[in-house]
Amino acid sequence: MKVARAHPLWLAYLLHRLSGLGLALFLPLHFWVLSYALNDAAKLDAFLTLTEMPLVKMAEFGLVFLLAVHLFGGLRLLALEWLPWSAPQKTWAAAAVAGSFLVSTTFLLQAI
Amino acid sequence: MPERDHLTVTVQRGGPDAPMRPQTFEVPAYDNQTVLDVVSWIQQNADPTLTYRFACRVGMCGSCAMMVNGVPRWTCRTHVSKVLDGNAIEVGPLRNLPVIKDLAADMDPFFDKWVSAEGMHHPTRTRDDAIEAIDPVTMERQEANAGIECINCSVCYSACDTVAGNPDYLGPAALQRAWTLYNDAKDANKDAILDAVSGTGGCHSCHSMGSCTTYCPNELDPLSAILGLKRATTKRFFGGRK
Repeated sequence: MKVARAHPLWLAYLLHRLSGLGLALFLPLHFWVLSYALNDAAKLDAFLTLTEMPLVKMAEFGLVFLLAVHLFGGLRLLALEWLPWSAPQKTWAAAAVAGSFLVSTTFLLQAI
Repeated sequence: MPERDHLTVTVQRGGPDAPMRPQTFEVPAYDNQTVLDVVSWIQQNADPTLTYRFACRVGMCGSCAMMVNGVPRWTCRTHVSKVLDGNAIEVGPLRNLPVIKDLAADMDPFFDKWVSAEGMHHPTRTRDDAIEAIDPVTMERQEANAGIECINCSVCYSACDTVAGNPDYLGPAALQRAWTLYNDAKDANKDAILDAVSGTGGCHSCHSMGSCTTYCPNELDPLSAILGLKRATTKRFFGGRK
C-alpha cells in the first residue's frame, strides 16, 4: 500500500534534507575552485568566465534558492526545538516575521 | 439514499506464513458507515476467515487502528465518506509492526518500547502516606495533561518514517509517555526517564517530520513532547536541573 505522507511538516523535512544534500554536493566543488585563488589566479579567472553562461547563471539561482531554503529550514528547526511556544504564539511570530520581511523588502526595492 | 450502492474495498490478506496479497470485495454502501463497519461486513457476510481487531467501537480502546488508503487511522471513528478514493477504499494492517494475520498487527514491539522509554510509575510516596495535592495550573501539570489522553492505538508509531527506518527508535507514543511522566509531580525518578530516552533510538533520533501529530486521532501532539525531551536531556547534559 502506498503510504500517504505529504503534509506540510513532512514536506518541510524533505525540503531541508534535499537542500542540505544539494549544498553538501556543491561545497567540495566550491572549495576546489576557491583553491585556485591561492595557487593559480589565471586558472581561476579563466574558470570564472564560465559564470557568464546563462546555464551557470540559472544554476546560481538554484544555489541561492538551496541556501535560502536550508537557512530558513534550519531556523525553523532551531525555533521548533528550543522555543516551546503554543500554536497561537507560533502563528503570531510567523505573521510578525512575514510582515516585517514584507515592509523591509519594500523599502529595499525602493532603495535600489 | 447513498449516492452509490456498493463500495470497492481492497483488503490486504496474509501473515508470517503467507505473503501479503490484496483481495477485493464489493460491500453495500450506507449513509452512515465507518471503515470498521465495512471490515466487519466483509468478515460477517463475505469471508469469515478475515482477521482484524476491535473492542469498544467508540474510539476509547485503541484496538482497531489500520492503514486506510495509506494513512493510519482509528477505523471505528473514520467515516467512509471522509476517506473514499473515488468509490474505493484500501485497508491494510498497521505499518511498522509485524503482521499476525490480515489486518491484525502484532503490538508487542510498540508496548515493549513503552517500557523501554521508562513509561512506568516511579512513586514519590507509599500507600501509607496521604495523597499528594496537585496544583492543576502549573506549567508542568499542563504539559502532563496534554499527553494523558493517549489510547495506545499505535497510529503515530505506524505513521512515523523514523520508526520505519530505525527499528531501535522508541517512537512517538512511548516518548510522549516519558515526557508526560517527566512533568508529573508524582513521579520520583526523572533521571531514569531522561536516561531511558537520551540513548540510541531515543528522542534525539526524531527528525521532526510531524506525522505523529498530524495523524494522532485524539489530536495529541507527540512531536512537541519529543521536542520537550530533547530540551530536557540537553539541559541536563550541560549541567542544568529541571
